[in-house]
This record gives sequence, structure tokens and C-alpha cells, in this order.
Amino acid sequence: MRELSSGPGRMLVFVYGVFAVAATGRSAIQLGTEAGNAPFAYTLSLVAAVIYLVATTCLLLGGPSAWRVAVVSCAVELVGVLSVGVLSYVDTELFPDKTVWSHFGQGYAFLPLVLPFLGLAWLRATAPGRATARSVR
Amino acid sequence: MSVNDWITGAVYVLGVVVALWSLVLVIRDELAQDRTFALLATAELVLLVQLVVGCILLAGTDRDVSGVLFVSYLVGIVLALPIGAFWSLAERTRSGTGVLVIAALTVLALEVRLADIWSGGLGA
Repeated sequence: MRELSSGPGRMLVFVYGVFAVAATGRSAIQLGTEAGNAPFAYTLSLVAAVIYLVATTCLLLGGPSAWRVAVVSCAVELVGVLSVGVLSYVDTELFPDKTVWSHFGQGYAFLPLVLPFLGLAWLRATAPGRATARSVR
Repeated sequence: MSVNDWITGAVYVLGVVVALWSLVLVIRDELAQDRTFALLATAELVLLVQLVVGCILLAGTDRDVSGVLFVSYLVGIVLALPIGAFWSLAERTRSGTGVLVIAALTVLALEVRLADIWSGGLGA
């Protein structure tokens, strides 16, 4: 099995790491200074932060079980960004302030929408049991 | 032009240069050498100056700037390049060089937010 954090995975880890820090910082400041303003949106920011942290950690750790957890967190991330994206357009009252995932991650150049697809594609390429004859740089 | 305009301008220029330079290396499938890392160090130096100047300006301003947010961005932007450089050096491959491109883009994105926060726009 190929290392999760080598090759293209190395770039992916960096991007996930940036988002983990960004989302964690954002939710910490939001919940710390103005939790009452938009509790639902800020809780979602926190959820996003945890997902990014888990995904980053799993990619760094590598190994079959980390791979499985990474697949789950990327799937949750995909469902999250899609449902929060739709919800933020449909029910604007729920989102008086923005989250990482509202409007499909518009405030982050839509990267939150692209990232789970990249993550899942990379996890598919590194699935345990897949032949590693082809070396990817 | 004020001090922070010069610094902001320098960060944008250096960020774009690092990103493009690294991108060219990725396309040519060449590894980043000393010159690239010297450029990275120059950018990092400007970011450190920005951290100091930013804190001084924040202390003396009567603008409505969220202090915690502003300082966290000042610190975060300083961390991006060193972490990117070490992460890149740990694997000397095409993807490793790609990390430098992403690190430079991260700096540019954070700098845009930093300027927004300073001018009082955009919340957290």
C-alpha cells in the first residue's frame, strides 16, 4: 500500500492542514466571542473543523485503519458541504453568519467543495490491496 | 503610501513570484534549489516584519479592527511558508515542489483576508 502522505498525497495533506487550521481558528473565534449570534452556523463551523482535523491526521498516519477513517471523514465532508451549501441558499435565516461550508465554500474559493472529491479520488488510488506497481510521484 | 501599503504590496509581489516560480519548476519537473529557498526566506522575512509592524499599528489604531482575528492572521501567515518548506523538503519530488506552490497561494489568500480585516470589512 502506498503512503497516504506521499506523492500527490503530500499536497493534499498540506491543503487539508490549512483548512483544519483555518476552520478550527474560525470556529474558536466565532464560538469564543459571539456564540449567541448564529449558534447553528458556528456549530457547523466546529463540525467542519473536526472533520478536517480527522482527515489531515489520517492522511499523515497512513495504514489501513487510518485509510478507512479518512474515507468516512471525506464522505461526511462531501455530504456536509453539499447539504450546508444547499441549506444556506434555501434557509437564509439559519445562517446569519457564514461558515466554511455555506454557499458551497464560496468564501474559500469553493475549495471546500472540490477538496472532498480530491480526497476520495486519492483514497481510491491508495486503497489497501491495490497493486502498487505503478509508482506515482 | 504608508508603511503597511508597502509591506502588503511586497507580500503580494513575493507571493506571486514564489507561486509562479515553483509552478514553473513543477511543470519542468525540476526540484527547488537554493535560489528558490532564498526567495522563500526573503518572503518570510517580509512576513515577519509584517507581524511586528502589524502588531504596532494595531496597538496604535483607532480603527474598528478585531484584534484577536487580526493577530491570528498575522501569525498564521508567518507559519505557512516554513511549514510548507519543511513539508516540501521532506519529500524531494515533483509533488514536494507542488507544496511550495500551495504554500505561496495560501500566503496570498491570507494576505487578502488580512487586508479586509484591517479595513474593517468581513467578519470572522
